[in-house]
Amino acid sequence: MSEQLKVPTMAEFMAEGKQPEILFWVGSAGSYDDRAKKISKAFVKILNKANVEFAVLGEEESNTGDVAKRAGNEFLFQMQAMMNIEVLNAYEVKRIVTCDPHSFNCLKNEYPSLGGNYDVVHHTQYIKELISSGRLTLEGNTYKGKRITFHDPCYLGRANNEYDAPREVLKNTNANLVEMKRHKNTALCCGAGGAQMFKEPEKGNMDINVLRTEDAIATKPDIIATGCPYCNTMMTDGVKAKEKEGEISVLDIAELIANS
Amino acid sequence: MQYIPNILFLIILVLGVGYFTLNIKKLIRNIKLGRAVDASDNKSERWRNMARIALGQSKMVKRPVAGFLHIVVYVGFIIINIEVLEIIIDGLFGTHRIGLKVLPESVYGFLIGSFEVLAVLVLVSVIVFWIRRNVVKLKRFLSSEMKGWPKSDGNIILYFEVVLMCLFLVMNATDTTFQNLGHGNVISQFIAPWFSSLSEGTLHIIERTAWWIHIAGILVFLNYLYFSKHLHILLAFPNTYFGSVQPKGKFNNLEAVTNEVKLMMDPNADPFAAAPEGAEEEEPAKFGASDVMDLNQIQLLNAYTCTECGRCTSACPANLTGKKLSPRKIMMDTRDRLEEVGKNIDANGGEFKDDGKQLLGDYITNEELWACTTCNACVEECPVSINPLSIILEMRRYLVMEQSAAPMELNNMMTNIENNGAPWPYNQMDRLNWANEE
Ligand code: SF4
Ligand code: SF4
Repeated sequence: MSEQLKVPTMAEFMAEGKQPEILFWVGSAGSYDDRAKKISKAFVKILNKANVEFAVLGEEESNTGDVAKRAGNEFLFQMQAMMNIEVLNAYEVKRIVTCDPHSFNCLKNEYPSLGGNYDVVHHTQYIKELISSGRLTLEGNTYKGKRITFHDPCYLGRANNEYDAPREVLKNTNANLVEMKRHKNTALCCGAGGAQMFKEPEKGNMDINVLRTEDAIATKPDIIATGCPYCNTMMTDGVKAKEKEGEISVLDIAELIANS
Repeated sequence: MQYIPNILFLIILVLGVGYFTLNIKKLIRNIKLGRAVDASDNKSERWRNMARIALGQSKMVKRPVAGFLHIVVYVGFIIINIEVLEIIIDGLFGTHRIGLKVLPESVYGFLIGSFEVLAVLVLVSVIVFWIRRNVVKLKRFLSSEMKGWPKSDGNIILYFEVVLMCLFLVMNATDTTFQNLGHGNVISQFIAPWFSSLSEGTLHIIERTAWWIHIAGILVFLNYLYFSKHLHILLAFPNTYFGSVQPKGKFNNLEAVTNEVKLMMDPNADPFAAAPEGAEEEEPAKFGASDVMDLNQIQLLNAYTCTECGRCTSACPANLTGKKLSPRKIMMDTRDRLEEVGKNIDANGGEFKDDGKQLLGDYITNEELWACTTCNACVEECPVSINPLSIILEMRRYLVMEQSAAPMELNNMMTNIENNGAPWPYNQMDRLNWANEE
């Protein structure tokens, strides 16, 4: 990505007395994690290409509290939520797009009863919208004929019943989509959810991400597509554990589309 | 003297139904030990769920073999029990096959005929079920929580079914009047010849015996339910009604916490203000759950409804990779502890006396709770809308908010969020750096 990315903040919009179409909620992983930052950039590239007027909160964004909630710390979650809601409401944010299904779920389902009511969409849903409205057109050559298998993120799929948007978006790459045996509502978790990302797993005989990577490898893919920064890390590690990093790459749908 | 059978029947019936009612009352009392929860929303969707999931068994057919057989047993069992109505009337009034008197012969024959066919289908299904449990040894019936009583329970009910179905067929086969009728003995006509060498009198005795054991068996079965995973035959209906109608990813926000957080964040709140009158009397809210009384009533109903089928556990990523966590065990532990609490209350004249035990620690360990990825696979799989994840979350809340007993790495992560708004130790001011990095 050589061209300079345009990432305006809400504060800048406010100063000009304007409202963006959407707020891009970057999330903690998307802001700080080296792998996930690339996903954020890829998504911004898409937004720039489609001429979407968007903004981020930048320094005013804070962790959604999702992971604290799932770890059992309802206090910390609600404090984070109320702080964020204060900021979001002050900017009169209407629509939020995020690349992180955990933030997506949390903002969409758990913020409303605390006073934060927004139209929240996952980036795969938003990309689908951009394509079907004709704002985003793809050449669709980069991945033509490649075998791609999509790993459903728990918090997009089972948690919110969105199985189609990522698949429909992927069709635009002209790749050959192959499904794992466990997919959609029976998809196996990558192992990162419920705060597992931040701790060592309990004693067992295998790591969850390795088991899930085996599911993916069984489809003989060139690419494992993800829709969540944490899944991406987990599957990347799984591919490494299976010593397949030479043959299989793990890419977010935003990256696949940005390159198509 | 001639009324002795009628009176005997009445006594058996009253005892059977009475004991059952007693236990159901106990069950309701135990469920009410939980926190109240409002489920008065989305009525029509709830009824639809009940019709679809409990009555229509929509989730069972996801596993086609088990699903199909289960539907046969379920439909067979319910329909054949229409016959019980006749048995009860006959038993109470000393009639014989009252149905024949009120229905045209052909209709009656058709009914009993279909019951007989169903009885055979149920028999076949039950035998396949038994083979799956005991010969094929499906993995999900072998986990550690399935040793002992849960294993016997699974088989006992199958034996029950076999005996009841056989009694029904023998009863019909040895009923000479019914056989002579020539209607409805689709199956029993082939069984009748086995008894053909016997005298009329002996046949009558066999027929009566089968009849009596049949009805007694059904009453025993009814009373067995309370002690068995087969409570789901009844509870699947309310349980699917009360099952969540929200997206699975939506976890409830604790109101008690909201109030405190609002107070903390309100710059106008006066921390030294005198508490409003009467406030001191209120017990401070306990966050999360360490015992069954801290769970809500739907979660306790869930525990009684669990069929111990293990679909949840067989989809659980933690369990599949050898961790101790099994969502089925979470449900079974909750029920066992609730029963223990219930017995404690019975033994102590209606009051629970502290027994030094609780659900957390004595039944469910921290290790199990921390292994969960909150992936919702268990919730998705459950054929009767049980949510094991919600119990896990409630107990994590207790561990974290009441005991500060989270694993160290999680404590670090949470401290980071508190201090810099991210789960890692990065500076909040650097949050937008990614946009300008190459
Ligand atoms: S939510 Fe937890 S208990 Fe349920 S399947 Fe996932 S990891 Fe297992
Ligand atoms: S919770 Fe549901 S899926 Fe799990 S064992 Fe019980 S009935 Fe089966």
